[in-house]
Amino acid sequence: MTATNTIEEFANQEYKWGFVTDVEEDRIPRGLNEDIIRLISAKKEEPEFMLEWRLRAFRHWMTLVKADAEPKWAHVTFPQIDYQDIVYYSAPKKKAGAKKSLDEVDPEILEAYSKLGISLNEQKRLQGVAVDAVFDSVSVATTFKAKLAKEGIIFCSFSDAVKEHPELVKKYLGTVVPYSDNFYAALNAAVFSDGSFVYMPKGVRCPMELSTYFRINAADTGQFERTLIIADEGSQVSYLEGCTAPARDENQLHAAVVELVALDNAQIKYSTVQNWYPGDKNGVGGIYNLVTKRGKCAGANSRISWTQVETGSSITWKYPSCILVGDNSVGEFYSVALSNNYQQADTGTKMIHIGKNTRSTIVSKGISAGHGQNTYRGGVKIMKNATGARNYTQCDSLLIGDQCGAHTFPYIEVRNSSARMEHEASTSKVDEDQIFYFRQRGLSAEEAVSMIINGFCKQVFRELPMEFAVEAQKLLSVSLEGSVG
Amino acid sequence: MAMLEIRNLHARVNKQEILKGINLDINAGEVHSLMGPNGSGKSTLAQVLARRETYEVTEGEVLFNGKDLLAMKPEEAACEGLFIAFQYPVEVPGISNSYFLRAALNAQRKYRGEEPIDAIDFIPLLKEKMKLLEMDERFQSRAINEGFSGGEKKRNEIVQMAVLNPSLAILDETDSGLDIDALKIVSQGVNAMRSPDRAIVMVTHYQRLLDYIVPDFVHVLAGGKIVKSGGAELALELEREGYGWIEPALAGAR
Ligand SMILES: Nc1ncnc2c1ncn2[C@@H]1O[C@H](COP(=O)(O)OP(=O)(O)OP(=O)(O)O)[C@@H](O)[C@H]1O
Ligand SMILES: [Mg+2]
Repeated sequence: MTATNTIEEFANQEYKWGFVTDVEEDRIPRGLNEDIIRLISAKKEEPEFMLEWRLRAFRHWMTLVKADAEPKWAHVTFPQIDYQDIVYYSAPKKKAGAKKSLDEVDPEILEAYSKLGISLNEQKRLQGVAVDAVFDSVSVATTFKAKLAKEGIIFCSFSDAVKEHPELVKKYLGTVVPYSDNFYAALNAAVFSDGSFVYMPKGVRCPMELSTYFRINAADTGQFERTLIIADEGSQVSYLEGCTAPARDENQLHAAVVELVALDNAQIKYSTVQNWYPGDKNGVGGIYNLVTKRGKCAGANSRISWTQVETGSSITWKYPSCILVGDNSVGEFYSVALSNNYQQADTGTKMIHIGKNTRSTIVSKGISAGHGQNTYRGGVKIMKNATGARNYTQCDSLLIGDQCGAHTFPYIEVRNSSARMEHEASTSKVDEDQIFYFRQRGLSAEEAVSMIINGFCKQVFRELPMEFAVEAQKLLSVSLEGSVG
Repeated sequence: MAMLEIRNLHARVNKQEILKGINLDINAGEVHSLMGPNGSGKSTLAQVLARRETYEVTEGEVLFNGKDLLAMKPEEAACEGLFIAFQYPVEVPGISNSYFLRAALNAQRKYRGEEPIDAIDFIPLLKEKMKLLEMDERFQSRAINEGFSGGEKKRNEIVQMAVLNPSLAILDETDSGLDIDALKIVSQGVNAMRSPDRAIVMVTHYQRLLDYIVPDFVHVLAGGKIVKSGGAELALELEREGYGWIEPALAGAR
């Protein structure tokens, strides 16, 4: 086996999360129009304000469609999506009158989650991690809700939040990512089905990790979840999301929106391990992951930290960003993005410095293997009043093999002369000489690749919560298995 | 039985035959010096023995401690006790020397059915070997060979060899790029590793090294064959006369 073979095999590992769960679905007709939106809203028994917001978003989206305003600037190519050929709502059928307690969740679904390594049984869960499980269009279970409620923490599905805490939803929804933000954000606002909602009350530190596990199961559907996290003054929360989907030959659309709001002295740490189905080794199938994530450091001394490990999806279009409004607020972005086989990732961040002495850190690690195309796109903006703002950007690319590509587009705009900007970039290659060197010392080619990749990513991995760092490492080796040369 | 028995070894790269029938026996406890003009195939021989796939063996056999070396993967050959100090050690960013070397040592220990060594026991071992090679301790936390000077890389190879404790070490031009003091230090390190259980092959162009590490045997590789073998005095002759005087033998090899 040559080193090149090893890289390829590494790269061609089967996607282990590609199974389909057989559940009865409640799905609405294909296509998108105002009636569909009313139907989704009705299915979710939403209050009037929610429906109105959806409709406004939809009308705006229609103007974008007419103006052909689907973003084209990213370094990704995929066929035009037929938005009328998607099913916008699909939920596993609930038993009549079922409440959302765990005993009521379809055993098939529980089984699906346990296959994914996610136990929804609170006793069996990892200590200190609460999970919201979103299956296609709906949240099927949220664990540790009661325990968290004792601290005043609200952790529930977005749908429940709309009904149970409409005042909070009304106050914050769309304040960070308005529906007019971009094409996919508008689409999401019109049709979003579920997602997670977190409210951290003043001064509370969340006693456990919160996490959401997104699973696409149904065919021909899109997943449009929406997550909103609000950290009130002085609170702290660490939130993690994971995602998988069945292996299918058709592409599926995932267009999510995440909004984070951190008030004075609050901290939000948002980690993602994204492992949507990447398509097969010839580039057939896979998820289009077109996501808008943004956090607003609204209060002084607040901090928002994004950490993402992106190994899945055939197309990734994603820029978790921070708007640093509060003085002395801090934005961070740590990213590992892998593009293997025919995957294309265009990902990065925007840091908008508005308040004084705001600081941001960007560490981006792009790995390209096979025919993968990996693009870092970053924007750092220092506004006029952001005296004393600082940014550090580090942007590294690792190439495995010679069919893949790495690209970086760092945009910088500085309108305050006191700003301090630092930028570092590197490109390196895992080559056969390196692999052979490791093997001559007694290590296998797989061990060599995995050590090199982990070495490359460790700056990002150490930002992840412990359990997930281990997961992420494993995931990366699996996603790359067989691919070095 | 010799530790290493090479019989009629032919190997090629990119369809071009480089090794054209090598015969060589190396016994435990011996130090051999392999000399010969540029491009004669010395590094190729080392790479073939280390089982680099780029080189295709077309004929011959090699036994290493009685086992078929040519059937082994590179990591198996390493775990069986073969070590190459490379002529051009590669740089690997992102992984520290000490982490790498401990992983390698543990891979070899695992192969031999031994318990892994933890960082607490490993660090003193590494420090001891680095001291032997007079290498600053700071190098252990630096990335593998990254930004090392030519001489530092060579020294680092010998540190690795000292830690991995191979039964057969092939040093490919370890002396080139070393300053006069470093040559002495590295030679002392190698001499300290001479033992009845170990064989060492030094690929070199210069007598200088052989003044410090006196070989038991000297071989001249030319045109893909060993054209002359002798004792330590052969190297002196080569130093005086160049390769010209073995021209007839060379001609025969071509
Ligand atoms: N990967 C390769 N591809 C093409 N040719 C190669 C390759 N490796 C070795 N060769 C050729 O094989 C011949 C022997 O090379 P080798 O490196 O073994 O020589 P050497 O004896 O070690 O020389 P030096 O004393 O200069 O180090 C040279 O002509 C070299 O160009
Ligand atoms: Mg050579």
